[in-house]
Amino acid sequence: MLFAEAAGPHYFVNLTLVLIMLINLALLGSSRLSVCVRLSAAQGILLSVLPLEMPEHDFWSVFVVAAIILLLKGFVFPALLVRTLRTAQVRDEVVPIVSYAASLVVGVAVLCLGFWISSRLTLPHPATSPLVLPLALSTTLVGLFLIVSRKTALMQVIGYLVLENGIYIFGLSLVQDEPFLVEMGILLDIFVAVFVMGIAIFHINREFDHIDVGQLTSLKD
Amino acid sequence: MHWLLAALGIQIAGGLVALVAGRSARLATLAGAVSSVVGCGMGLAGLAAIYWGDSASTFHVAWNVPFGSLSLDVDPLSAFFSLPVLVLSPLAAIYASGYLVPFRDRKSLGGLWFSYNLLTAGMLTVTLARNGVLFLVAWEVMSLAAFFLITFDDERQEVRDAGRTFLIATHLSTAALLVMFVLLGNNSASLDFVDFAAGPGAAPASLVFLLAVLGFGTKAGLMPLGAWLPEAYPAAPSFVSAVMSGAMSKLGIYGLLRIVLVVSDIQPWWGWLLVALGAISAVLGILAALAQNDLKRLLAYSSIENLGIITMGVGLAVVGFATDSFTLATLGFAGALFHILNHAMIKGLLFLGAGAIAQSAGTRQLDLLGGLLKRMPWTGAAFVIGAVAIAGLPPLNAFASEFLMYSASLGSEGLLGPSPTSIVALAVIGSLALAGGLAAFCFAKAIGIALLGEPRTPQASDAREPAGLMILPLILLAAGCAAFALFSPLVVNKLMPVVAQLTHQSAEATAILAAGALGSLAWVAQMSCGLVVIIGGLAVARKLLLAGREVTTSGTWGCGYARPTPRIQYTASSFTQPAVEFFGVLVRSRRQLKAPTGLFPRWGSLSTANTDMSKDLIYRPMFDSIGLALSKLRWLQHGRIHLYILYVGCTILALVIWYASVELAPDNARRVEAISQTTPDL
Amino acid sequence: MHGEGSIPLVLTLVLAPFFLGVINRTKAIVGGRTGQPLLQVYFDLFKLLGKGAVYSRTTTWVFRAGPIVGLAAVLLVATLVPFGPFRALVSFDGDLILLAYLLGLGRMSTVLAALDTGSPFEGMGASREVMFSALAEPALLLGLAALARATHVLSLTEMHRLLDASGWANEGLAISLVAVALVVVFLAENSRIPVDDPNTHLELTMVHEVMVLDHGGPDFAYILYGAALKLWILGSLVTGLVVPAGTTVAVVELGVALASMLGLAILVGLIESSMARLRMIRVPQLLVGAVALSSLALVLEFGGL
Repeated sequence: MLFAEAAGPHYFVNLTLVLIMLINLALLGSSRLSVCVRLSAAQGILLSVLPLEMPEHDFWSVFVVAAIILLLKGFVFPALLVRTLRTAQVRDEVVPIVSYAASLVVGVAVLCLGFWISSRLTLPHPATSPLVLPLALSTTLVGLFLIVSRKTALMQVIGYLVLENGIYIFGLSLVQDEPFLVEMGILLDIFVAVFVMGIAIFHINREFDHIDVGQLTSLKD
Repeated sequence: MHWLLAALGIQIAGGLVALVAGRSARLATLAGAVSSVVGCGMGLAGLAAIYWGDSASTFHVAWNVPFGSLSLDVDPLSAFFSLPVLVLSPLAAIYASGYLVPFRDRKSLGGLWFSYNLLTAGMLTVTLARNGVLFLVAWEVMSLAAFFLITFDDERQEVRDAGRTFLIATHLSTAALLVMFVLLGNNSASLDFVDFAAGPGAAPASLVFLLAVLGFGTKAGLMPLGAWLPEAYPAAPSFVSAVMSGAMSKLGIYGLLRIVLVVSDIQPWWGWLLVALGAISAVLGILAALAQNDLKRLLAYSSIENLGIITMGVGLAVVGFATDSFTLATLGFAGALFHILNHAMIKGLLFLGAGAIAQSAGTRQLDLLGGLLKRMPWTGAAFVIGAVAIAGLPPLNAFASEFLMYSASLGSEGLLGPSPTSIVALAVIGSLALAGGLAAFCFAKAIGIALLGEPRTPQASDAREPAGLMILPLILLAAGCAAFALFSPLVVNKLMPVVAQLTHQSAEATAILAAGALGSLAWVAQMSCGLVVIIGGLAVARKLLLAGREVTTSGTWGCGYARPTPRIQYTASSFTQPAVEFFGVLVRSRRQLKAPTGLFPRWGSLSTANTDMSKDLIYRPMFDSIGLALSKLRWLQHGRIHLYILYVGCTILALVIWYASVELAPDNARRVEAISQTTPDL
Repeated sequence: MHGEGSIPLVLTLVLAPFFLGVINRTKAIVGGRTGQPLLQVYFDLFKLLGKGAVYSRTTTWVFRAGPIVGLAAVLLVATLVPFGPFRALVSFDGDLILLAYLLGLGRMSTVLAALDTGSPFEGMGASREVMFSALAEPALLLGLAALARATHVLSLTEMHRLLDASGWANEGLAISLVAVALVVVFLAENSRIPVDDPNTHLELTMVHEVMVLDHGGPDFAYILYGAALKLWILGSLVTGLVVPAGTTVAVVELGVALASMLGLAILVGLIESSMARLRMIRVPQLLVGAVALSSLALVLEFGGL
């Protein structure tokens, strides 16, 4: 019943955050690269809505950030990834090291961990909703887990994106007025990163006929 | 009390007679079994006398051993834990008199019966003892008797190995308990339980508790401490496995509860630790059981699961007690205690049944059995009842006790209450649910592969019903399972004095705290009766429908396959393959597949082996490293007798010097004096 | 016991086969066929009850007890579930546990009966059934526990009463997660697509259907009726959760409840027409997903504090 208080004023923030978490779980459970790309796009779109829903942020100052995030994470990055997927002509498979079911369990465990850690942290400003901080932490950890537990190089890129999404949510909760320039700098970094990784995957595939990063160990001497 | 002392005396005397009469198997069996039945009957009579208030409940005599006294007492907790001992032992003894017939010619049965009666007497004394030294002596007698029983069939290598593992584990347990009692008695003049008191010089309660978990948890077989258990239960004769699983492993829980009663300053995290250990044991235990193809090993792992469930209940209760949530404490203890009784009956039944099956069909390997329900109708039916009960399904008894545990964890002081207790409760709910589903899987396999279908081997198809002496205990236990389910509210009501003792509440307060859950339990019992009635009604309806119509028999529909053989049936391994695959990391099942190759393949083979996780990951590395470290001391071993005598002499000399120096120290001298004043025998 | 409690029971007993008929008709229409009559399941039941029986020589009393125990367990479950404005016949704190375990008993009896025939195909189906349900059980119980935590009551009837529109407004996120988890459990427990295909024709790929291959006559009627009841009961749990009864007018509420059951049947029909079953090894993953959703709901409830 106490949840009612949390749900009331920040209903849409909470809804968005839960959807983001569900996308995390879906990413952990999906076996298709193309589905994962779409999921990460959806997460990007949700992410762009998030600051607009938070009353403490000045609407117009975050509007620009939101628009750029929507454009980049919702459309440009996914398009880049889809293009890489198509040009590299790899099989549409995630190739997990940790099984999907176990990954889902990890997802829930990571969420619990997020709640536990955030119950221990004290922030300078209380977060908008009690869900922001746990979700930020767990999204970051899910991204990290995706990077280490999937073999296909494209999943590393997606994991990296998810990780960055988590950091972004964390920033939203931490900084009352999001420094515009910092966020822009980060976005530029990711943009370059995704671009470079896309090209790298394309070249790895052309050289080796696969994008299994596990096989890269054969490059050492 | 005199009845109980007489019960102990008769057991031991009967054992001695059996030992002396060892040459004549018939006489030894008669002496052993009769003394067990009479002794346990007198023990039950003694409990009844104390219950009705006709007899003194305490017994205290000085004992010529440092810190020791022959101090016995029957309180509700002791009485409760002696019940499984006193009921299961005679039933198993009756069973044994039939079971041991094939061993008559090749084994001397005197020692076996002596050990068996000593085991019962030891277990009974453990529940009654109120002195640390007496407790440890009884504990050790019980463990050694169990060791000799496990190694009864010592021609087989695996039995000898199991005996050795058991001996090591049980002595680790005793070592922990020894330290624990020394710490407890640190502040008092004797090791009598009543003298244990907190005070400035007392050892930290948490350390005592951890040692208790180590010592008693090992005996109870909690993961990862109980690696000996899946070795020892299958190796022992089946009636011994039944007593060990049904009664002896419960004494681990008894010890924990006794320590919780004795020490003050109970912390919530003790309960969290117990819940965690219990949840791990429950889930990993049943997963390991699922992967087993040996019927008795499967039952052994299922014991680990159930001890885990019991420990979760105790853990919940301890959390409740430490946080003043007395409904949680009451229901947690009630659920755990009821499950102890239920598991004692069910697992007794299943081990006895498994023994009958193994003896009749000549093997315990599930993949070599099949179709036994037709050949052994009584044993089979009792086994089916036991298996459905242990899977925690209504309308049988284990469901009632699990329901109590669910009630505890769902209630207003559990899941619906404040965290962190609500999170602990949630862990209990999740583990119970997962373990329940997997237990159903596991016992569907046990029944389905061993008892149903067609026999897979000639031995299995030649199996016959065992002697009446072996069937009688099975039927009694199966009837007990049904009765405890249908009258569960009554039984739980009778447990309330024990619960009240554990929660330090009055009887009235306990009754009020438990009223809600008991009301629900009454509903469950009524629904169980309703289920029986509906089943009867539907059966009659079918009989009426089929009356006068054509009812024929034919072969099983083979989906068009013309020449079915028993070998095409699903096997134990194939039945559980999805789960073993899915929970791969946790089950540690290794498979070796030689796939058939080529266009005209000749043969292929698949074998699976299941290794014990706690043994592989904890015990073996530990002992290997200890062995490596100690191998550096090998130069001490010469094999020359005079050197050994020198060692002994040096040790004695060192002890004398140490004692002298201790006595010279002023404050210790006073202490030794004080002790020798209070115990005049010293 | 409550007098009005007999209404949900009677509704379940009478309407359950119709629910199955609606699903079949939906699938037929989507597939461009006329399909069987809506009342076909009743006709089937009637026909089967009038037949004799053939038993395999391999089987024992376990095989004959299977359908009886299975149906008896589901009948008992039917007394625990409320419907629309009416409370259940039997309701007490913790009845949700009894519900889950009675379903378990019904499953166990079917599985044992299947193994009793000694047929490899039935063993295969039995193995899959217990595997899937071992994972569905935690999803169901954790989901119900999440609802208990949201409503602070422990009986299905009380929960159903409290899960009205205001309950949704307060706990909407958690409840909707539980609803999705329960839909997965509903599909898995009733052997529907995407877990199992009730219309498949290849024994190798069957789960539930293959287990009952050897049953015939009244026994099969019991099984068929039991399956229909189970479908209705779990369905009404889901609809009772998703469609909050906000009015105080009993007739309207009953109408809403019946309409939502009809909607669910059509939805199931549409799902079955539009998607293929999952590969066997993907099913446990779906069920773990349901467990994850239930736990997520619980985590949200705890975290909201």
